[in-house]
Amino acid sequence: MKLTGAEILCETLERLGVKEIFGYPGGAILPVYDALGKSKLHHVLVRHEQGATHMADGYARASGGVGVAMATSGPGATNMVTGIATAMLDSSPVVCITGQVGSKLLGSDAFQEIDITGITMPITKHNVVVSRAEDIARTVREAFLIANSGRPGPVLVDITKDAQQTSAEFHWEKSAPKLPPKRKRASFEKAEFDRAVELLNSAKRPLILAGHGIMISGAMKAFAEFVHAGHFPVAMTLLGIGAFPANDPLNLGMMGMHGEAWVNHAIQEADLLIAVGMRFDDRVTGDLRTYAKSAKKIHIEIDRAEINKNVKVDAALVGDAREVLEQLEPHMEKKERPEWHARIAEMKGDSAVRDIQSLPDNGHLYAAHVINDLWKETHGNAIVVTDVGQHQMWEAQYYHHNEPRTLITSGGLGTMGFALPAAIGAKFAKPDADVWVVVGDGGFQMTMAELATIVQEKIKVNIAIINNGYLGMVRQWQEFFYDKRYVATPMVAPDFAALANAFGIRGERITARADVVTTIRSAREYKESVLIDFRVEQEDSVYPMVPAGASLHEMIRRPNNPLVETSAEP
Amino acid sequence: MQTLVAYVENKPGVLNRVSSLARRLAINIDSLTVGPTENEEIARMTIVAHTDEKGAHRLEASLEKLVDVLLAENISDRSLLERDLALIKVSADQQSRPHLMDLLKVFRGRVVDVAPDSLIVEVSGTVDKIDGLLEVLRPYGVLEMARTGRIAMTRGGDLLQPPDGAGEPEAATKS
Repeated sequence: MKLTGAEILCETLERLGVKEIFGYPGGAILPVYDALGKSKLHHVLVRHEQGATHMADGYARASGGVGVAMATSGPGATNMVTGIATAMLDSSPVVCITGQVGSKLLGSDAFQEIDITGITMPITKHNVVVSRAEDIARTVREAFLIANSGRPGPVLVDITKDAQQTSAEFHWEKSAPKLPPKRKRASFEKAEFDRAVELLNSAKRPLILAGHGIMISGAMKAFAEFVHAGHFPVAMTLLGIGAFPANDPLNLGMMGMHGEAWVNHAIQEADLLIAVGMRFDDRVTGDLRTYAKSAKKIHIEIDRAEINKNVKVDAALVGDAREVLEQLEPHMEKKERPEWHARIAEMKGDSAVRDIQSLPDNGHLYAAHVINDLWKETHGNAIVVTDVGQHQMWEAQYYHHNEPRTLITSGGLGTMGFALPAAIGAKFAKPDADVWVVVGDGGFQMTMAELATIVQEKIKVNIAIINNGYLGMVRQWQEFFYDKRYVATPMVAPDFAALANAFGIRGERITARADVVTTIRSAREYKESVLIDFRVEQEDSVYPMVPAGASLHEMIRRPNNPLVETSAEP
Repeated sequence: MQTLVAYVENKPGVLNRVSSLARRLAINIDSLTVGPTENEEIARMTIVAHTDEKGAHRLEASLEKLVDVLLAENISDRSLLERDLALIKVSADQQSRPHLMDLLKVFRGRVVDVAPDSLIVEVSGTVDKIDGLLEVLRPYGVLEMARTGRIAMTRGGDLLQPPDGAGEPEAATKS
């Protein structure tokens, strides 16, 4: 069957199971758009190509499949860079397809020509230029395979305009992926495995650090069985949230810079850390010189380059989290570890209460209230997509996720503007899910043009803006570390409710705690999207906080509020 | 100094990926040589890098993550044969020429070009040997030098061959 390169691309994407493409047309990708019009693929027109990549990313994270973003050459492609880097840092399988000028013009500085494969080389798992129609099917199939295997990541395929226009034979069977033959490495030696088992069974104060890799490998069940077999307490990374139910008594909560105090203390007191699918990011370790000094470490990780990168480990089990956990589980000796669990409970102390709901209503609206109410009203079943900053940390603290892939957030790159477009992608992946955007007033203003995409696509995504009139997290750092010199953090915003109305979206503004629940309830019942502008306490801070570079146990605690935050020092 | 060997796809852009990776890891490359193998689709690289064992591990593991890198291995601890080749143009008149010839015998260098007032010397061997020859040639006036950078091979039965067979993807993701 002879097809144009553009038709081959659409046919290939359909056969790969793609339903939606998030993109923006332009000259160098027009042949593909012409073919798209005749295909069964649904194209979601975004308002900025960064939005397209975040949508593909949100789609990938919500579904576990590959998200597809498309843009034209030049500025279309460069606008994708932030989204690609976001996906790279959070190991998200995104395939970006960009148009490129005709192959005869390559290197001539033609109109809208840019070396996008050169630009994205360090922020993609792989990228490639295709200049012949007959190579398109195989290359795109390879891109999907690379993006969603091993440690996932973004792949960019840059297709020249002539490759889109010329015709070639299309054979599905003959276009099977042909990746270079890779050396097979033994995952780990038996001695390494035996050492890990020995460490696991002899530990008195073990603690599991649960990361994103558990979700990526689909290891939730194996992980829970492993945890219960050894009766291990579990601390979550930000991206690990959801991999292990928050309501499991062994789940201590989030670790790190804004982790619960008892979690960080438990890490510092543990005699064994079992890191599963996480990479000891500086935001979870604090000062490496003082990090978990008394603990031996076992690292279960699919990416060999992560082993001993930040933290030197005593046993490294390189491999798929599920496979490794399934191998380990039968070797676990059943232990109750009452002393260790009692010690953690003691460290929790009163702070375990953390019951902000029981605080008297003093007329102020706190972000934590909003998020806690959102959790209760949605019964913890929503897919929450957050941006970056204070609201992100409050979400992680006050919304308790029991299911994987229900918190979608930009962790590694910390990309403001991620939430709204990523939520749109998540909604396409899970059309029946209750999708909520939780976003700050700063980040929202970066990509709010995508409100128009919501309207054009007639989808329901509810938006909770945690509006404190500041770039809150930066303001918090200025408060703590720059003597309250609030340079460039006070921020004027439009009337978001009126703005939503201008886009054709219902908008609400909430200033009192009493109105939070009813507004959330009515937003959920409404058949279209609702934007709620929560005007929260302006100079509230996220506690506890490990200052950047400080030791993990050196936390700034919430002042004068014993109900919310207290715990014994170790 | 750490020595790595890599087998890579012999196609455009791969050298850039490899060198760009070293740049990103802030590892300075002392020498990087690329040459064909008996399989024309595969090239062999020898990378000598200014880094420690930990840096070499990261470089090795990160290199193997590149789709176009078939294998990367740190061979610094192994029993190695290393070779560097140099062409050295040195000042030589009638008086100094015999002295130079004597020196070259010691270093097993060869004269490959003679001009009225200069010679080109070809010498191969370990880096130390070439550095040693350079040292003694310097007083005569080294006018120009070109060196290949190191190539390395593990000795005896310690084989480092490119993997063959069709590429199979890594463990497919399950979700």
